[in-house]
Amino acid sequence: MTVQQIVDRCQALFDDLDFNAVKEWKAAEPGRKAIGYMPIYVPREIIHAAGMLPVGIFGGGDQLEVIHGDAYYQSYICRIPRSTIELGLTGRLDSLDGMLFPSICDVIRNLSGMWQLLFKDKYVRYFDVPQTYRDDIAGTFYIHELQSLRDDLGELAGRPISDDDLHQSIALYNDNRKAIAELYQFRADQPWQAPTSELYLLLRAGMVLPVEEHSQLLRDYVAAANLVERPRRDNCRVVVNGVFCEQPPLGLIKSLEMAGCYVVDDDFLLITRWLLDAVPTTGDPMENLSKAFLHHSAATSAKFEPDKADKGKFLIAQVRNSGAEGVIFAAPSFCDPALLDRPMLQEALTQNDIPFTAFKYAENTGQLQAIREQAGTFADSIKLWSA
Amino acid sequence: MNKTAPLDVIKEPSMLKQKEMIDTNFKSLSTANEEGRKVCSTFVPGNLNELLMCFDFTRNFPEINALQNGMRKKSGRLIMEAERNGQSEDVCTYVKSDLGMMLQGNIGPTGDKLPDPDVLLLSYTGCFTFMKWFELVREKYDCETIMLHVPYQADGKITKNMRDYVVKQLKEDVIPTLERVSGVKFDMDRLRQYMRQSAKAEDDLVWILQSAKNRPSPIDAFFGGVYYIGPIFTAFRGTEAATEYYRVLRGEIQQRLANGQGPVTPEGDFGKERFRLVVEGTPNYTNFREFWKMFYDEGAVVVASSYTKVGGVYDFGFRHDPDHPLESLADYCLGCYTNLSLPARIKMLCNYMDDYQADGLVINSVKSCNSFSAGQLLMLREIEKRTGKPGAFIETDLVDPRYFSAANVKNRLESYFQMLQQKGAHQAA
Repeated sequence: MTVQQIVDRCQALFDDLDFNAVKEWKAAEPGRKAIGYMPIYVPREIIHAAGMLPVGIFGGGDQLEVIHGDAYYQSYICRIPRSTIELGLTGRLDSLDGMLFPSICDVIRNLSGMWQLLFKDKYVRYFDVPQTYRDDIAGTFYIHELQSLRDDLGELAGRPISDDDLHQSIALYNDNRKAIAELYQFRADQPWQAPTSELYLLLRAGMVLPVEEHSQLLRDYVAAANLVERPRRDNCRVVVNGVFCEQPPLGLIKSLEMAGCYVVDDDFLLITRWLLDAVPTTGDPMENLSKAFLHHSAATSAKFEPDKADKGKFLIAQVRNSGAEGVIFAAPSFCDPALLDRPMLQEALTQNDIPFTAFKYAENTGQLQAIREQAGTFADSIKLWSA
Repeated sequence: MNKTAPLDVIKEPSMLKQKEMIDTNFKSLSTANEEGRKVCSTFVPGNLNELLMCFDFTRNFPEINALQNGMRKKSGRLIMEAERNGQSEDVCTYVKSDLGMMLQGNIGPTGDKLPDPDVLLLSYTGCFTFMKWFELVREKYDCETIMLHVPYQADGKITKNMRDYVVKQLKEDVIPTLERVSGVKFDMDRLRQYMRQSAKAEDDLVWILQSAKNRPSPIDAFFGGVYYIGPIFTAFRGTEAATEYYRVLRGEIQQRLANGQGPVTPEGDFGKERFRLVVEGTPNYTNFREFWKMFYDEGAVVVASSYTKVGGVYDFGFRHDPDHPLESLADYCLGCYTNLSLPARIKMLCNYMDDYQADGLVINSVKSCNSFSAGQLLMLREIEKRTGKPGAFIETDLVDPRYFSAANVKNRLESYFQMLQQKGAHQAA
């Protein structure tokens, strides 16, 4: 497949708010089930090991007219829960047999209770994750939570999930994370060859495709992108931070690129890169998943940083490792975790002489001119004044 | 309403006692650093006051500072100071009031300087923002931060795994760190002793809150309730002073019941009780009395509220238990109102509507608190559907005066009370 064919396919999946890919996957074999999940992180390996399709639900974007959803939220609540409610109430999520709401913020937490009330026939689970990191304390708690999810999904599947099932699924997700890491490295090396608007669509495809198919798609893209020469621009290199939950419209990502920014690292769809190392595929899979979460997972606003000295280190490493020249903080309006974290991250960047700029968005932000001008000015300032 | 009410605010002995307790604590905080007493800053929901007293910590509650600043009309400028310093206008104003106060020299609401903390105990119960709040505060102070992660009661029950997790954190992380910072060895019997005091005060608090089942209610369980929960939700739970406060308060309310009186308001005795309400959500502190007046001027008394449960839900039987001290602390943390699932919150409020013979539900939704606010519109619908009683929805904020629009709130409440009156008249007919 050519780059364009791959991107077109991903774009079609992205545009499809009826989740037909999920319906088709389920229809291909009787009895198949799909489980939705919200940002940031759930152990998709367990869903996969139950023979089910994990489906990432990241709101309705800028193409969904929210009518019912607005009646459930005050004006000062972010947009992702209202568009997610809209998706649910309009039947677009009927293909899902359950929904997982990970521990990320009070809004998503409370949405889990709303889902229990609104969709009584579905499996609904709030997935708690530890905010402390000792194996003998947090690990024990977390393994129990993982086991509880495993038991629930086993019951829903009509068969217990074996350790072998889990090892196989962990191996597949390890491979997927490896493929994504290769894609990110490819973009960091040659951002003109892999625009972020395309990379983003590729990641989004992974929210609805089976993991095996998605890993292949990622590799096909890199292979195809290597075969075409694209114009190289004199853009500045930036890391985008704050986009881990409610997603910016695709137009916003394109606007950053048009404004002269090559995005060389980011926190889009962080679930795809949450675990930083391969999870072992032998031994106790629950313990392996727990240790991966506790000791080898990404830093983000929804996670407690126990050591003051480490605040911002992960972001600074992203900047250094990707060769970025600055950071763009893009946070959804009314996102307490991202917006409260931002001043601390900005301070860490200041201490390290890394320039930054910041703005807010909503998933349906339509007026991009101001953001484009801001990003353009930021890019110019880096190009003109950073020696 | 008593139209001849004096202009001075009416205060009963319990109120004066509470004021003295609060003033004493602020004074104690102001001298803690120079007198070498160790200070712990911690949050109200899921606070471990009895445990902190075992290590002789003076306790500082940032939310209390924020709300006291709100009541004294100081929070607005503090919030703007924090915004000038880079905080977003979108985020929690409790946090910004606290950060703004720190930026302006950390002078507390009473005018006394607040101390630098020796430890930040992050009781992470029912609110994600707490986590960021103490990360932000930690930036300024060179002190340890202890995270006590309290899992969320998503399925409406406390599991063994949750309790064990909290107890283990207490035993292996929280207590050893508090010992190290304070230099005081932990004494379980001392903890038990404080918990016995807590349980006594909790018994009285429950009696006081449940006195609102009477007609007329002798208390207002939201506006008045804010005062009633003050000692037990903060630095005083477990002290003899708190036990005494609740004993005195109970006596006052017993007397009011015997006299057939309604609640005390800032302007004197409540007049005829016309409407009995349940309130969900937090108060507005910047215009607290003005807000309350909108209710008592119309004869609306709040007979039960969820806000009086944020620092502990006691009316379904929980008490601090000296025979199982750490498990009991865990259950206390896990059981705070905002750590309950939405279905559990709805069930609780529906029970209140029935048990307290309420005519309706008012939700005061605040911009600052997603933990409370996200989902309240669905709660309103569900409670109306299940109880058949009408609800009202108003929007303000905790401590940001920019979000209190008196005319809009009053207008909405007056319409609601008219509707309740017509409904009542219709039913009577």
